[in-house]
Amino acid sequence: MTAQTQTLSPNPTRILGSRTLLLPGLIACVGLLIGALLWSITLGAADITPEVVYASLFNFDDSNFDHLIIQTVRLPRVLAGVIVGAALAVAGAIMQGLTRNPLADSGILGINSGASFAVVMAVFLLGNPPLSVYALFGFIGAGTAAALVYFLGSFGRGGATPLKLTLAGVILTAFISSFTTAILISDQETLDKIRFWTAGSLAGREMPLLIQTAPYILIGLLGALLISRQITTISLGDDVAKGLGQNTLWVKGLAAVIVVLLAGGAVALAGPIGFVGLVVPHVARLFVGVDYRWIIPYSALIGGLLVTLADVGSRIMIRPLELPVGVMMAMLGAPFFIWLARWKVKR
Amino acid sequence: MNVGRPLKSTWLTLRFRKLPFSYRIDRRVPLVALLLMAFTLMVLIFSISYGAYDISPLEVIQTISGTLPQDHPDYRNFNLVVHTFRLPRIILAFLVGAALATSGAIMQGITRNPLADPYLLGVSGGAALVAVALIVWLKDLPISLLPWGAFAGALLTAGTIYILALKQGSSSPVRLILIGVALGSMIGAVLTVMLLFGDINDVQQAYVWLTGSVYGTRWEHVQALSGWLLVFLPIAFFMARSLNALNLGDETAQGLGLRVEWQRGALLIVSVALAAAAVAVAGTIGFVGLIAPHVTRRLVGPSHEGLLPVSALFGGALLVLADLIGRWVIAPGELPIGIITAIVGAPYFLYLLYRSR
Repeated sequence: MTAQTQTLSPNPTRILGSRTLLLPGLIACVGLLIGALLWSITLGAADITPEVVYASLFNFDDSNFDHLIIQTVRLPRVLAGVIVGAALAVAGAIMQGLTRNPLADSGILGINSGASFAVVMAVFLLGNPPLSVYALFGFIGAGTAAALVYFLGSFGRGGATPLKLTLAGVILTAFISSFTTAILISDQETLDKIRFWTAGSLAGREMPLLIQTAPYILIGLLGALLISRQITTISLGDDVAKGLGQNTLWVKGLAAVIVVLLAGGAVALAGPIGFVGLVVPHVARLFVGVDYRWIIPYSALIGGLLVTLADVGSRIMIRPLELPVGVMMAMLGAPFFIWLARWKVKR
Repeated sequence: MNVGRPLKSTWLTLRFRKLPFSYRIDRRVPLVALLLMAFTLMVLIFSISYGAYDISPLEVIQTISGTLPQDHPDYRNFNLVVHTFRLPRIILAFLVGAALATSGAIMQGITRNPLADPYLLGVSGGAALVAVALIVWLKDLPISLLPWGAFAGALLTAGTIYILALKQGSSSPVRLILIGVALGSMIGAVLTVMLLFGDINDVQQAYVWLTGSVYGTRWEHVQALSGWLLVFLPIAFFMARSLNALNLGDETAQGLGLRVEWQRGALLIVSVALAAAAVAVAGTIGFVGLIAPHVTRRLVGPSHEGLLPVSALFGGALLVLADLIGRWVIAPGELPIGIITAIVGAPYFLYLLYRSR
């Protein structure tokens, strides 16, 4: 049983048909992202004009109340959104390439739930853990879950087929989240501290937590760019990769570590946000084709853009309240998943 | 009714003198059913006797049968604890288990999908969404109305999943599950929104309910569920034969004179109704509908006349046991029954997944 996809087959039609358009396209994405970020910063309980935003960034005045809001509340929030979006999208792209599974996503494969169980555990056991602990537990949880899903999904005949991996991930999620729920039910204090976080949210992210987790994610992103050529080769099939003289075991191991850094870091920062890693790589592939040297940077930018926009949407939809961004992503991503499962997975 | 001479040594045929109806069951069914009932009764008595307020098993039997002497020092307390607190929840656990197991067995039969389960197919989620909405918005809703709302939600979800999974006239088992999962996560997102802005106490309660729990059961819950079971369980048992035929494949079933689409639709509605009624009173309890039919098939074979009632018994026994375990592991706190079934059921699902290829 193989599930080949149209999107992963060699000669797709892509929007940026000629190679010379790829770099300008990337720059256009950066421009869009910066625009979205500025828009997101200006929105809030008090509307702040773009000029003030600019002034607070480059000419900070600590007696100006607006400047303080921007520096302590809004800037960390939008930065967290960009980083989380980029991390989840790139993690998804790598997993889709590595397992040749169009449904791969750190949420669906259970990695997010592993990380969030570990973080809930940390809060439960340590009370008020230092911020550095969040990321650490996120990595441990993400790594364990990733290893488990891969092991369980490649069990039996046929190896790690997309459908088996997906089902293993779904069931592992059900399994782990029942433990998470057990903790949250038995301990109201932990629940109260963390309930918004478990829904996946960017609200109230502060600079210190960002500083603790961002470096890991940045290292992960850099690593992803460095091995993007090898991932392209593997995405054509293990046999092809071996035939081209690639040490697939090494690349896969390295890629797994990068996925754990990215997904674990993102969950530690913003809670389990699903579907970013599912949707974004498909969109990126639509623009740039099958080459992961381009898919990965495009995914990072589009992922950042998507989460920033979803965050803006989550704040303006039911003003003055706000929705967790994870809920927004589920609403956007689940129909996309259904579309993929229906039309892109054969069998 | 008399027990006719078996056609082959492994079958028993139940014939009804006045009715044009006979029921053929595997020879092992009566024994297995009896053993299950005995086991359930044992666990039930032990479960009633266990708790913060200890009552000896003998006293439990006396209290239930009304033979506890009036001058017993704890007469009033025992009656209160047994009749008001423990008996309803344990009976509810049994009924919920029976409903979910039968529902799962029917779903596995009509989809010919060994992995089908009302929870995995998102049907329980749809029921839960409507039930939570009703609880949150209409605060003083009588419990007996809840199953109707849940039924509507479950039917809508089941229909949506089935239509979305349909491709060239057939719905592959795996596609059903994948789409069920995706729809489930959308429903989960809506539920999250409803829960986020609630009071922390309500939220914690809702969490407990969503994981599936029989905590705080009153006799009204038992009443609300048993009405549905009285209607739909007999229908399910009565239709067991059509289920056997459907299980052979649509063409064979048609050849045997079955109106395939009509029967499948009716069975689907029965199965959704059973699951929805269970969810309405006890929340989303997963994996019972998956495990019970599988184990039962091992015990009494695949013929649905025996499979359906025995799975119902097995599912009931399983939940009574799970409830006891949930109250015991972190005593004096308690874990919702749905967590226990997920912890047992998820590995079992993986085992099935491993075997199914």
